[in-house]
Amino acid sequence: MQTLSNIDSLLHFSPEILLVIFAAAVIILDLIVKDDESVAVAYLSLVGLGCVFAAVLIIHFSFRNPVSLFEGMIRLDEFSTFFKILLLLATAATVLFSLRSEELDARLKGEYYALLLAITLGMFLMASSTNLLMIFISLETVSLTSYILAGFLTHSPRSSEAAFKYITYGAVASGTMLFGLSLLFGMAGTGDLTQIGGRLTELLASGEVAPLAVLIAITFVLAGVGYKIASVPFHMWSPDVYEGAPIPITAFLSVASKSAGFALFIRFFYTGFGATGLMEAVDWPFMLAIVSALTMTVGNLAALPQQNVKRLLAYSSIAHGGYLLMGGVLLTSEGVGAILFYLLVYLFMNLGAFYVVILVANEIGSETTDGYRGLSSRAPLVAWAMVIFLVSLAGIPPFAGFFGKWILFTAVLEQGYYWLALVGLLNSVISLYYYARIVKAMFFEDAGAEAASVSFSTGTFALLSVFVIPTIFIGFLNIFYTFSNISVSVIPMQ
Amino acid sequence: MLLSLMIFIPLLGMIAVLLLPRESEELIKRVTLIFTLIPLALAVYLFITYDRSTAGTQYVHGPYHWIEAFNIQYHIGIDGLSVTLLLLTALLGPICVIASWRNIEKGIKAYMALFLLLETGMLGFFAALDLFLFYVFFELTLLPMYFLIGIWGGPRREYAAIKFFLYTLFGSVLMLVAMIAVYLNSNIVNGVAEGLRTFDIPTLITLASTEGHALANLDFQIWVFLGFFIGFAVKVPIFPFHTWLPDAHVEAPTAISVILAGVLLKMGTYGLVRVNMAMFPLGLDHFTNGVGFLGNSLALLGFINIVYGSFCALAQTDFKKLVAYSSIGHMGFVILGLAAGNDTGITGAILQMFNHGVISAMLFLLVGVLYDRAHHREINGFGGLGTRMPIYTGITTLAFMASLGLPGLSGFVGEALSLLGAYSEFKWLTILSTIGIVVGAAYFLWTLQRVFLGTLNPKYEDLPEINGREILTLVPLAILTVLLGVWPNFAIDMFKESVTNLVNVLQAI
Repeated sequence: MQTLSNIDSLLHFSPEILLVIFAAAVIILDLIVKDDESVAVAYLSLVGLGCVFAAVLIIHFSFRNPVSLFEGMIRLDEFSTFFKILLLLATAATVLFSLRSEELDARLKGEYYALLLAITLGMFLMASSTNLLMIFISLETVSLTSYILAGFLTHSPRSSEAAFKYITYGAVASGTMLFGLSLLFGMAGTGDLTQIGGRLTELLASGEVAPLAVLIAITFVLAGVGYKIASVPFHMWSPDVYEGAPIPITAFLSVASKSAGFALFIRFFYTGFGATGLMEAVDWPFMLAIVSALTMTVGNLAALPQQNVKRLLAYSSIAHGGYLLMGGVLLTSEGVGAILFYLLVYLFMNLGAFYVVILVANEIGSETTDGYRGLSSRAPLVAWAMVIFLVSLAGIPPFAGFFGKWILFTAVLEQGYYWLALVGLLNSVISLYYYARIVKAMFFEDAGAEAASVSFSTGTFALLSVFVIPTIFIGFLNIFYTFSNISVSVIPMQ
Repeated sequence: MLLSLMIFIPLLGMIAVLLLPRESEELIKRVTLIFTLIPLALAVYLFITYDRSTAGTQYVHGPYHWIEAFNIQYHIGIDGLSVTLLLLTALLGPICVIASWRNIEKGIKAYMALFLLLETGMLGFFAALDLFLFYVFFELTLLPMYFLIGIWGGPRREYAAIKFFLYTLFGSVLMLVAMIAVYLNSNIVNGVAEGLRTFDIPTLITLASTEGHALANLDFQIWVFLGFFIGFAVKVPIFPFHTWLPDAHVEAPTAISVILAGVLLKMGTYGLVRVNMAMFPLGLDHFTNGVGFLGNSLALLGFINIVYGSFCALAQTDFKKLVAYSSIGHMGFVILGLAAGNDTGITGAILQMFNHGVISAMLFLLVGVLYDRAHHREINGFGGLGTRMPIYTGITTLAFMASLGLPGLSGFVGEALSLLGAYSEFKWLTILSTIGIVVGAAYFLWTLQRVFLGTLNPKYEDLPEINGREILTLVPLAILTVLLGVWPNFAIDMFKESVTNLVNVLQAI
């Protein structure tokens, strides 16, 4: 593979550079426009995201071969392009949500959108880093920005609490991870992911490094990654943060942050630790299989009694992290391809569900399941859209969530992990119960006499259909399977 | 092409209904009726033109590539069994729409739209020739059913709806594992992977009896058989997976109970024939001809269903619950007939599927008629209705007699053939199963006595007689009951060749 020097890399790095430029432009524009015209800032961010999207595509199609940038610090390949597209979609959706959200303080929107662009930059780097140092820097960029965004509701104590919890957990997790990374660097003598695996295998074979040391290092790194994808036992921050943060940020964290976390996870483990000799000494796939089973079970069981819909979706998102991890323990391109495909589906169905939560919070002023009572008669289209998102999350045909689960479980069974598949499938039965609780409130219960019907603008329905249509059709179209399969072709498999 | 048209016309109808304004209720009902009558007309056409002299699938559409990454195809076609059940489904469609004409008070638009979606799911299921498509259609019926029970049901509808949903999903999840296992092994011959994996049901059936193929492995077949079996057993329902059924039936509105008993239960037994028996004959053999307890387990489950269902029915005082439990009993005859695995037994079982669909549909419609008037279903709360509602009493008696297996009516033929087939295989279980028939006669006659004979309860002195619309829903079913009672070959001819074909596969082991 070609490794480019720092100067030559700049052109390939233009999407990230554009993000920085637009983040700065957003701040400057915010200083110029009046407070009540802050919408302009949001539109500028959208334009920025559009330009970045175009840049990503142009670069992808003009330089097809994977290249290593900045002397091997980050890599540009189909895999990172896939995640960049995914992250741009999620960010654009979040900007649109924020425009419509009534929670946010209009005066602070300049910083808000600038931070959103900054966090996207961090996630781009997470998806493409191939050096231990770069991995840590990208992870911290994302973490620090998300602490601020989670605490953005300055008037809400819950939001501040969320930010505080987030930062406490985050500091511990990234400290642990940094320690693990330094151990790896110390043992292998290099920060380059592509070389670490080979070095460690040699050292393990010659007995210079004890397997336990590698195990400890990997476990410590896992703390940082596990914290980003909210896997057990590093998941405890997420319900509180999801509940306290502004809803658009919750939606963003549950989709974008998780996707970037998985990108980092796959890159780290598959590029760095996929060597057979290494896995004989440190059986990290099995360790992750246990984590995966625990994550989905804990997430689903904890979701069962939740009354707050944001909290319920937080636990549901933890459970989905568990399903996704299944794909990561298989060491096959089918498994990783299934993760990518599922993330794509998850983007639409989960963001869609959160959009409905925003609409209900705006119009009815409630975040609990009680607020959803009788929604089917007050706002039938919104209620039906919610049904589609929830049923898809539960993985029931004919919606895309089913197809996502289907390819995940096929990949799992193909590798003979029968127990894991069974745990996953029984979990999806459990999950139906709490998703159905929201459906029950919307359709089987009355809103009470005083509840008037709620009307929404055409724009709302247009945005809603942006999520509904893919949730219905992604599974039926061959192109999306091909898309995710091509994107994993650059990830080395044994 | 014709078949695809039939399956997707209700779906088009759903879109049409969704586009109509919510206020124009009459129009919505008429449009729904038209979109259910077209499939009926097509089903009758298929039934008449179906070539009875061959077992092969006919009116095949496809296979077309659908999701190439997994070699999933759109492939549909019918054999004698499917065409019979398609006719049943298509017939119950308009009947249920008419039965819902007056007694669905709120949200008629959503009701009709969901009903049409349900019909597409059911029709597609009976015609699918690709295992993946089969599963998608199977699951497609879940969601509309959940809403139809949950929104328009009785007082405990929420409980009944979620119970139905969770039970069925649990079964389908195990079925999904089995389905993936079949898919993953579909290209492995003698331990070596060759060519593409497939979901194509006819291909899989051939592969499963090919020497050396991974699908033909006995242990594999047993496990996969179990996975599919539990999925379908929940649907039939087979003891001990039956507890959702009484709840769902009691809470569901009349028309939905009709669909539930008439078609949805048949999806379970149809699946058993199409997948478990045809695709995994070795697995089936393990549970029907094997040694000891396991070797008779399928027949045993049939026996338990018959006897347990009948005794439970005897204990009920809620009219609808009684009919629901009697359904469990009557589905037991299907299982027993299938377990026999011979020509007579399977013929009886399939005939019983169709007959039970017709008779239980009648029974639920009749319960609905009474409930609409008296607003309760307590059997002991009536009495002497015979003098007040003579026509209603007459039709009910016919349905009861058909259901308890009076010779000359359709219920008798299916049950007799099932028992006859089973007798040669499982002598004692069959003899004991006849207890179910005796108890069946007991609870139906006792109900007849408590509701229609005796002195008229003064509360119901001016109970109106069954009206024209209600009679319209019952007459086609009553005609079929009599017709199949005296001329069962009318239906048997349709699937005779398919059964012979299946029996040959089973006996080749």
